[in-house]
Amino acid sequence: MRRFVIGSARSLIERSRQNYQSQRPLISSSYRLLSSTPAADSPSSSSSTMAPPVALNTINPKVIECEYAVRGEIVTLAQKLQEEIKTKPDAHPFEEILYCNIGNPQSLGQHPITFFREVLALCDHPTILDKSETQGLFSADSIERAWKILDQIPGRATGAYSHSQGIKGLRDTIAAGIEARDGFPADPNDIFLTDGASPAVHMMMQLLIRSEKDGILCPIPQYPLYSASIALHGGTLVPYYLDEATGWGLEVSELKKQLETSRSKGITVRALVVINPGNPTGQVLAEENQKAIVEFCKQEGLVLLADEVYQENVYVPEKKFHSFKKVSRSMGYGEKDLSLVSFQSVSKGYYGECGKRGGYMEVTGFGADVREQIYKVASVNLCSNISGQILASLVMSPPKVGDESYESYSAERDGILSSLARRAKTLEDAFNNLEGVTCNKAEGAMYLFPRIDLPEKAIKAAEAEKKAPDAYYCQRLLTATGIVVVPGSGFGQVPGTWHFRCTILPQEEKIPAIVTRLTDFHKSFMDEFRG
Amino acid sequence: MGLKALDYETLNENVKKVQYAVRGELYLRASELQKEGKKIIFTNVGNPHALGQKPLTFPRQVVALCQAPFLLDDPNVGLLFPADAIARAKHYLSLTSGGLGAYSDSRGIPGVRKEVAEFIERRDGYPSDPELIFLTDGASKGVMQILNCILRGQGDGILVPVPQYPLYSATISLLGGSLVPYYLEESANWGLDIDNLRESVAQARFKGITVRAMVIINPGNPTGQCLSEANLREILNFCYQENLVLLGDEVYQQNIYQDERPFISARKVLMDMGAPISKEVQLVSFHTVSKGYWGECGQRGGYFEMTNLSPQTVDEIYKIASIALSPNVPAQIFMGLMVNPLKPGDISYEQFVRESQGILESLRRRARLMTDGFNSCKNVVCNFTEGAMYSFPQIRLPPKAMEAAKKAGKVPDVFYCLKLLEATGISTVPGSGFGQKEGVFHLRTTILPAEEDMPAIMSSFKKFNDEFMDQYEDNWNHSRM
Repeated sequence: MRRFVIGSARSLIERSRQNYQSQRPLISSSYRLLSSTPAADSPSSSSSTMAPPVALNTINPKVIECEYAVRGEIVTLAQKLQEEIKTKPDAHPFEEILYCNIGNPQSLGQHPITFFREVLALCDHPTILDKSETQGLFSADSIERAWKILDQIPGRATGAYSHSQGIKGLRDTIAAGIEARDGFPADPNDIFLTDGASPAVHMMMQLLIRSEKDGILCPIPQYPLYSASIALHGGTLVPYYLDEATGWGLEVSELKKQLETSRSKGITVRALVVINPGNPTGQVLAEENQKAIVEFCKQEGLVLLADEVYQENVYVPEKKFHSFKKVSRSMGYGEKDLSLVSFQSVSKGYYGECGKRGGYMEVTGFGADVREQIYKVASVNLCSNISGQILASLVMSPPKVGDESYESYSAERDGILSSLARRAKTLEDAFNNLEGVTCNKAEGAMYLFPRIDLPEKAIKAAEAEKKAPDAYYCQRLLTATGIVVVPGSGFGQVPGTWHFRCTILPQEEKIPAIVTRLTDFHKSFMDEFRG
Repeated sequence: MGLKALDYETLNENVKKVQYAVRGELYLRASELQKEGKKIIFTNVGNPHALGQKPLTFPRQVVALCQAPFLLDDPNVGLLFPADAIARAKHYLSLTSGGLGAYSDSRGIPGVRKEVAEFIERRDGYPSDPELIFLTDGASKGVMQILNCILRGQGDGILVPVPQYPLYSATISLLGGSLVPYYLEESANWGLDIDNLRESVAQARFKGITVRAMVIINPGNPTGQCLSEANLREILNFCYQENLVLLGDEVYQQNIYQDERPFISARKVLMDMGAPISKEVQLVSFHTVSKGYWGECGQRGGYFEMTNLSPQTVDEIYKIASIALSPNVPAQIFMGLMVNPLKPGDISYEQFVRESQGILESLRRRARLMTDGFNSCKNVVCNFTEGAMYSFPQIRLPPKAMEAAKKAGKVPDVFYCLKLLEATGISTVPGSGFGQKEGVFHLRTTILPAEEDMPAIMSSFKKFNDEFMDQYEDNWNHSRM
């Protein structure tokens, strides 16, 4: 059974440490004599009194401690209900489970970008590039791009391990894409292609965290990869609270306060995580805000870990995505001034290619000896998957005006982005119409994070079931409507407040039904528990 | 006024301890030389496609169709793709939850895991549970996940063969655990000695280390030996007595070049042994699409299968897998295709068999060619490559060579390998990267260069080696006079 509430991690650590200490010690000479007959030894030396080598009380306690609610308990329940509907369609008051728990667009019907898939298919099976029939099935520029990419791969071997940072030619393309985006140069040697952005985050945590005395500043609410990764690597999460009242604003004064508090407790704060656009909160930082953050990191000697995977998901005209790289360079800060790691992924944006596991980190402002170590860690896994590498390069250099595929590409892209913007607004309004619910606008990313003012009676009902109140609400929502969302405690929230995260990803035609079901459920829930 | 955020000094110590020679000094030097225009033959890593081996046609056809499903709607698709590839693409797409672009179940697509379970059952004769099979981004990720689960700290030890594939030593360093070596006996065909094993465990325990697991690599890397059924029984009994979880790295199970010891899985032997052992010994078995005759390293596709782990433990491993969301979907399809191959009668069957057999037979010939080639060199002794993809010749370096190495500030086998690289362009990995007995030196090369290039490579090696030996032995002889 998985638990959500981050605050319970401490009791978890305690419990797991107690388990570790009470584990039966293995006596050095207590092995059985080698014999061909089953051991008929005295009880003290038979293995049945020894715990098996891998059991819950003997595994790495950091594994026990870490949590990841996005695919946690509520999802397990949803899958169970889904199975039940399959065999007995009338088992529940809904026909289907609607997974609004995870940023997985293509699982909910979003189509991939055709041009990207054409190129990937050709790179997977280059033999057909020589065939005339291929011209009839693929666009000319996808064929051209496939040739260009294959020429950058030694021997055109897409099945070979590449350079551990990723294929050089693809990194050149990505660096050029970064430069085109920011107006400041990027070095292909700063780029590490990874199986999604998540492994890159893990790599940085591994480098930064030496012990529980090392702290990483993380936003609350945050995408729980960060809390989980910090726990796995044995570090300390130092929370900084985003301000719900000001659209999830990030105040440097809050950063300073948390930094000082943790330092006074003997924690060495190593890095600051900023997710922009935010997950689950959806805010897009204003450039001035970003400058203050850069200044803060520079002054305090912190590595800035900039999670920018939603850089293409901005839905409001008054905001624009600015990379932290661009912001810091525009302030005149270079390699000597700021240590910055920027993460990008193929999973989000308008391409939504989650299943491909493609992404990269751009690492700037570190000494050569540190970079060598980053390379070394990357090399143990040899390389990231080649198809994902190719896709990352396509995402950073899509068709341009004048290319044969440009019009269809931009139509697909704009269609997806405008639909996402509409769905974000529709769901935001729907949540704000619910009694006791307020929902900040999703300026970007793929989520809404409404806050529910749960009545006292509901909180008590939750406690009676040994559940966090928001988890209780989410479970009731699931069993009544089939809608799967993630309780706010999985992301962190100001104690005593309750939220849940809902994606904006179900297909547009399903949204009205979702709104109706949600609204009806909420009304009856409030009827049941209103004080 | 800024303080430096991340210096070498403030890096995680465990990271600094990590060594991974496969892409270490020799490889970096080789890459430098390549940039300068020198022709390099990379034999440092088991990377078949990089040395000219062609991908199998059928899987590439299937995955290309899965990448671009709009092709399946095109009436002309049959001009480029055979009907069975089209059918198989539709089959795999139907198993996904939204095509290749959607995160799958964190353990991998259920339908593919079922195919893996069926493969294991056909191979071993015992049923396998898809719920205990997790697909991963390459077997290496799986190994890292399992070791991360086992290791609590320095007080925990993992028995690792020496020589070993340095993923194990690197990962144990990274995770802050202890490596407990057990030496393979070169003169006994890299055989495993149970007494030696027991001694290693006793020594570790004496130092206060709790030995948690034992790694076997079968067929071996870099050593190539194939374990016999008797070997496996011994090992499983040992794990039972010593309360160790067995980690069976079986990624080379398709690469067998002799007929005396065909591949037999640790799980099959475990099940054959019956209760109580078959119900109590904990086992995790690893496999991949990177090796065999597939060689699809770049896909990053692998799986591990768990036996006799408690449901709660499996749950925790699932939880960790879920943080990474899902393994990459295209590689999962490669895995499905590998474990669920074409059958006689399928349109593409004959081509598939021709391609596969061609690769395996050629590997067998190259294994022999290389072994014999090394054995014909002065001061070189080489066990036969019974399996896997490597040759691990022992290089008997004369004392003068070792002195020269010391002067150059290099470990003797690194010195030799660098000289070899510079003279011939052959990029190998020094034996010290894998571990070896004190004072005994080796290098690891792969048997993967194209067959037609082999004679030239071996004669180039022989020329270098024999001249090297003459050079350093002559001096020695001279000084004796």
